[in-house]
Amino acid sequence: MSEINKDVQGSSKDINEVEIFVSKSLRFGVLLSGAVILLGLTLFLSSGEGGYPGSTYPTRLRDIFAGAFEMKPFGVILAGLVLLICTPIMRVGISALVFLKERDWLYVGISAVVFFILVSGFFFGK
Amino acid sequence: MKNFGVVIILGILIIGVRNVTIVAIKILLVSISAGVLGSILGLGGGIVVTPALTLLFGVDIQHAIGASLISVIATSSGAAVAYIKDGITNIRVGMFLEIATTVGAITGALIAGLISPKLLYIIFGLLLLYSALAMLKKTKEELPEEVPLHNVAKTLKLQGEYYDKALKKNISYNVDNVYSGFGVMYGAGIISGLLGIGSGSFKVMAMDVFMKLPLKVSSATSNFMMGVTGAASAGIYLYRGDISPIISAPVAIGVLIGATIGAKIMQRMKSKTIRKLFIPVLMYVAIQMMAQGLGVKL
Repeated sequence: MSEINKDVQGSSKDINEVEIFVSKSLRFGVLLSGAVILLGLTLFLSSGEGGYPGSTYPTRLRDIFAGAFEMKPFGVILAGLVLLICTPIMRVGISALVFLKERDWLYVGISAVVFFILVSGFFFGK
Repeated sequence: MKNFGVVIILGILIIGVRNVTIVAIKILLVSISAGVLGSILGLGGGIVVTPALTLLFGVDIQHAIGASLISVIATSSGAAVAYIKDGITNIRVGMFLEIATTVGAITGALIAGLISPKLLYIIFGLLLLYSALAMLKKTKEELPEEVPLHNVAKTLKLQGEYYDKALKKNISYNVDNVYSGFGVMYGAGIISGLLGIGSGSFKVMAMDVFMKLPLKVSSATSNFMMGVTGAASAGIYLYRGDISPIISAPVAIGVLIGATIGAKIMQRMKSKTIRKLFIPVLMYVAIQMMAQGLGVKL
């Protein structure tokens, strides 16, 4: 047990820094996306219209953000959902940077590999 | 997060209660409970959201799965804020195993069209059933005992400690069977890619049954990882138009609120209690999966 404790204590300060930073960035992502989705939902419920013909809605990033800037309810909601989807990806990128700052090369490598797989998944997934 | 609730209630008063609003509120309430359960068990909330949307609200399965994916990501990020801050999530374990789940998720997405998933359903269903049985043996133990530190785990610095709010003490723990855990995580990734779910049950199983982490650490770390696996396939669902704004908006907000609450409750629960909640859910998912593989409708 004593060996475990020594190991943990040796790196606990570094880990705390990573944890606090990752937690803060996640909270920022969650609050921002939650607020945008809520704004969109309120707009939709108060006007009763999505801002698009019939029950359609945009599915491409460019159209979603264009709609959001015009304050079309569905555009705003989907922009918030896109932000929500981006939070975990952003979190991986931020972890890599924090590990880099702490010169934990092994985990810089691991985070970078995960980030690369994630991004490449977006391009050639389907 | 509490402000969300206040804003929603004010919003409702201003808008006046209309039919669409009532449905949105109902979905919101169901999603809050999904977020609570998902964050406590490390399962993502899809287990509640998908059947609730299809059975109670008559949403078609395609849009229900899209919303379920949103609920997985929302549970993950919502709960992770508290779990990471309180040091329960093992970020190194999560990050290392994410290599397996993301590669698995892409494998799953690529083979989705090539093979019949029926055999996979049966295999994975059996694997879940096995782990439910393995967990039954552990119902009496609060924390894993005498776990050796695997060589690879030592190199990767996977061991850790956390403060258990139910036991009111610091718990240090070791990590065993890194290879098997990594393998099961790859399987979890494949399932995610095939089905568009967070496959939290497999993630918790890999960490709890194979790597012998404390259950709370397994659940929190599974939650943490699930958002990444979900995000890996969310883009595809978005382009396909499966993520409907009307359905997904109340789901996202409800689950974010629920996950924040759940993450606070879980820390004060005993691992034994969490496990007692977890085993029946695991068996339900196992049976459902095997039934799907055998073509039986439940």
